[in-house]
Amino acid sequence: MTILSTLGVKEMQAGLLERRFSSRELVRAALDRIAQLEPSLHAFLHVASVSALKKAEQADQLDATRAGPLNGIPIAIKDVLTVEGMPATAGSKILEGFTPSYTATAVKRLQAAGAVLVGKTNTDEFAMGSSTENSAYGLTHNPWDPARVPGGSSGGSAAAVAARMVPAALGTDTGGSVRQPASFCGVTGLKPTYGRVSRYGLIAFGSSLDCVGVLGRSAEDVAEVYAVVAGSDPLDATCSTVNVPPLRLASTKGQPLGGLRLGVPQEYFLEGLQAEVQEATRTAIAQLQSLGAQVREISLPHTEYALPVYYILAPAEASANLARFDGIRYGRRAQAKSLREIFFKTRGEMFGEEVLRRIMLGTYALSAGYYEAYYGQAQKVRTLIRQDFETAFEHVDLVACPATPTTAFEIGAHTDDPLAMYLEDVYTLPASLAGIPAISFPVGFDGAGLPVGMQLLAPGFHEPSLLDATHAYQQVTDWHQRQPVL
Amino acid sequence: MSLSIQEVEHIAQLARLELTDAQRARYRVQLEAILDHVAKLQQLDTKDVSPTTSVSAIGMPLRMDEPAKSLRAEELLKNAPDQESGQFKTPPVFD
Repeated sequence: MTILSTLGVKEMQAGLLERRFSSRELVRAALDRIAQLEPSLHAFLHVASVSALKKAEQADQLDATRAGPLNGIPIAIKDVLTVEGMPATAGSKILEGFTPSYTATAVKRLQAAGAVLVGKTNTDEFAMGSSTENSAYGLTHNPWDPARVPGGSSGGSAAAVAARMVPAALGTDTGGSVRQPASFCGVTGLKPTYGRVSRYGLIAFGSSLDCVGVLGRSAEDVAEVYAVVAGSDPLDATCSTVNVPPLRLASTKGQPLGGLRLGVPQEYFLEGLQAEVQEATRTAIAQLQSLGAQVREISLPHTEYALPVYYILAPAEASANLARFDGIRYGRRAQAKSLREIFFKTRGEMFGEEVLRRIMLGTYALSAGYYEAYYGQAQKVRTLIRQDFETAFEHVDLVACPATPTTAFEIGAHTDDPLAMYLEDVYTLPASLAGIPAISFPVGFDGAGLPVGMQLLAPGFHEPSLLDATHAYQQVTDWHQRQPVL
Repeated sequence: MSLSIQEVEHIAQLARLELTDAQRARYRVQLEAILDHVAKLQQLDTKDVSPTTSVSAIGMPLRMDEPAKSLRAEELLKNAPDQESGQFKTPPVFD
């Protein structure tokens, strides 16, 4: 018999419908797998065994006609989204002991669709990082090689999906935090259009960039979860009211991508790109071509400015968003005699190094005398980056490029060099700044046996095109089905 | 780009962060390196470029100002480090 935890979302849905197994069995299998692998991976910050099993039993009793699309399916949530009654830490000591009294809209939508929440996954503190090493509760190991990072900041979600603890998980992506860990862990990760998924209940990092995304094994599985979480929300004024079109993934016969115009930006294939990543990406692009896509070279001339723009704007927004962590209303408070001392000591003692560094950087960029030169200029260059994509999408339907410059790096490799860590995001930042959707999916392995991911980018609200093209690719390749030996 | 320790401390004061001497020294070096990298933005002529303040396609939607159920105070106070009589409690603002 197949080990239940190795099934994907679609397979679980089918098996539940045919009553080949129950939700209780699925959730039990997920919890067992988590218990078995947590000591070596540490993908979770909180496992909700009791409530998950209870919910699974309820799901099993529900009449099939009343069951939602994810009824009885175990799913994990990145610990920057609130779930009423479950601790929420955002990977930070400053929120230790915090139990939110409300649930994020994206999670509520999952619950309404019948999903069973098995727990909260590890993250870089306040989603700031590219390795999950910045979690105050210990790092997560890459399931493909425990000496390496899973990427970040949604490293716990990516590792949990790769290790077959859960078939899908929610993550968040501000500058690549869904796509980069998906790439490092050999899973499929979707960052939707800015505003496509509600952020009510998301602990804010960079508000002009933050998106809730989905990690799963295949485009098909990601599509199932995405279709549930996307859509308008009166509780989030930045959430789009544009209709979510029904997803219809392409048939696999003949040339499913016939007529699709695929642009390959020359600026994404420069020095610093690992040869094996380049090769696997080029091979995958050729395969998309054999499925019917027309491939042409394009230029996104302001690509090199995405990193400096991002590392002004995101820290600036973070410095404002994190002002609320002051030791007064929630979380922990440092020992102090005066109100002023509470602010300084609580924040100084309980924020980690990377969070402090970004608050410092953002505060500097917004401070009197520097605002125009840094923040103002970065906002203008962001316009140029957006215009690059607008121009490109007049000629192509999707952009194809690497997801990350290298495969997963070793734990500790960038600890003393924040700039080197930031460079890991160089290929994911432009789509974040432009607010457009992007997907990353596995396209091979390097010589060390580590997964390689590539990205597709689309114009705003064209998630169906991304999922469709990825699905077509995954019908003729099996990279997404490979699993680490654990 | 060069930053003095005094400038680093000034930023920490603005952001309400108590730092150690070692942190100030470390952030000085690291922030200098990051600021050197972002200085490349100055190469671009943006005289005629308008800033992007939001990538949201919907602008600022309005809604009717109607009373609705909100979170309950006693629920929210459960997470407070200190409280009294249904309110958050802090040391005096003035000494």
